Amino acid sequence: MIRLEKINKFFGDLHVLQDVDLEVAEGEKLVIIGPSGSGKSTTVRCMNFLEEPTSGKVFINGEEMTSKNKTRMVRESTSMVFQQFNLYPHMTILKNLTLAPIKLYHKSKEEAEALAYHYLDIVGLREKAHVYPTTLSGGQQQRIAIARALCAQTKIILFDEPTSALDPETIQEVLDVMIKLAKENITMVVVTHEMGFAKEVADRIVFMDNGKIVEVGTPNEFFKNPSNERLKQFLGKIIR
Amino acid sequence: MGGLFSADAWEKIWVFRDTFILGLANTGKMAAVALLLSFLLGLIFGLMATSGQKPLEHISRIYVELIQNTPLILQLCFLYYALAFSGNSIGILPTGMIALGIYHGAYMSEVVRAGIGAIPKGQFEAAASQGFGYIGEMYYVILPQSIKIILPPMVNQVVNLIKNTSCLYIIGGADLISLTYSFVTGASTGGAYGPAYLVSGLLFFVVCYPLSTLASYWENTLKLREQKTQVVPLTIEERG
Ligand SMILES: Nc1ncnc2c1ncn2[C@@H]1O[C@H](COP(=O)(O)OP(=O)(O)O)[C@@H](O)[C@H]1O
Ligand SMILES: [Mg+2]
Repeated sequence: MIRLEKINKFFGDLHVLQDVDLEVAEGEKLVIIGPSGSGKSTTVRCMNFLEEPTSGKVFINGEEMTSKNKTRMVRESTSMVFQQFNLYPHMTILKNLTLAPIKLYHKSKEEAEALAYHYLDIVGLREKAHVYPTTLSGGQQQRIAIARALCAQTKIILFDEPTSALDPETIQEVLDVMIKLAKENITMVVVTHEMGFAKEVADRIVFMDNGKIVEVGTPNEFFKNPSNERLKQFLGKIIR
Repeated sequence: MGGLFSADAWEKIWVFRDTFILGLANTGKMAAVALLLSFLLGLIFGLMATSGQKPLEHISRIYVELIQNTPLILQLCFLYYALAFSGNSIGILPTGMIALGIYHGAYMSEVVRAGIGAIPKGQFEAAASQGFGYIGEMYYVILPQSIKIILPPMVNQVVNLIKNTSCLYIIGGADLISLTYSFVTGASTGGAYGPAYLVSGLLFFVVCYPLSTLASYWENTLKLREQKTQVVPLTIEERG
């Protein structure tokens, strides 16, 4: 579904990703963990070309993504949920959810709204359809952002630390929605520090450090007997 | 009574009222066309300045700096006499339209640039991650949010533009100020300085005051609405 081939990324002189190779299967739930600054965000942002790799290739469904075709490919195949939600503040929730379906997928207003209400039900926020984003709590905004991603009905959803900006008491409501999603045949790539979520949902976990993929394994391999020294240290710090 | 504001002088104004009406009409015509041109240039160069494409940003910068750091009167003369000497004189009013359009286009460009620059990076990324291209991103997501930042200073530019039609005087213009001047210095009409400039000033005021009032009113209501529905926009630096 997604294939990263020898991705290198520089920001100026900073070598942020070093020969990153990664393949994500259709329907797979892949969780990326690692210390801050290790290149997790940059890796997922390469998957929809929010960052263009300095070298290396990104394939979605076998098609190589380039700066020329990225808009179409992203529209057809990926959605993203951001740490800061990034809902459109000048639009009601319903408009946030129907904008892309109407303008990009050429759905009728009725179709798009039906779809929006369907996903609002899934994230449990139907009653918020007509309010503006900033009237909602962080957790609610993030659930709306997930509904917005679902409205695009793409096969792939990328999550970049979706719960890191949330108050502790609203983290679980967002994780619950994501756990519900994980039961569907959606390909999910999730950067997170929520190890409970990773254990429960991930098919595979990727551990990144210093711009490299250091370890890839199942949750069992990761949490039961981590072999890598740096991974052990990292898990030791993060699991209290 | 003789004096600056004699009844005689006032009567002269009334008899030659068509001069002032013509001047106002010319100023209005010129301002309207110049305005259209400046909006267009402002949008184009403002978008170029925020495009992230270095060459475009440089072109926009050069235009803005050249125009903002030389006097309007010089630009007017340059355009008028350069055209006249090359045998392509286009007439005083069209010269005014073009010169004022280009001059205020540079200021409008800065207004647009600031308006777009104030929108958080996450908004651009959210739109891109949904598969919007540059135009869709600007049209549906960015500009609707920038508009409330852009409008008040833009209306102030409109007021400045209307007042700056008076610079046409330097090339013997047909605007309100130029006609007022020829009126008070004319052989048959001369003399009535006091009333003539008073009337002329009043006409400017009647046009400009409602616009400035509108600008501040807009600014205030938009600020109020912002308090209700919007997040605080980040500064340009924070956008990174
Ligand atoms: N736009 C950027 N410009 C310069 N450096 C950046 C940019 N984005 C990220 N970086 C740097 O790249 C490195 C990896 O960042 P990131 O992928 O965000 O890491 P993570 O998500 O794992 O915390 C960090 O050192 C970060 O400072
Ligand atoms: Mg990150």
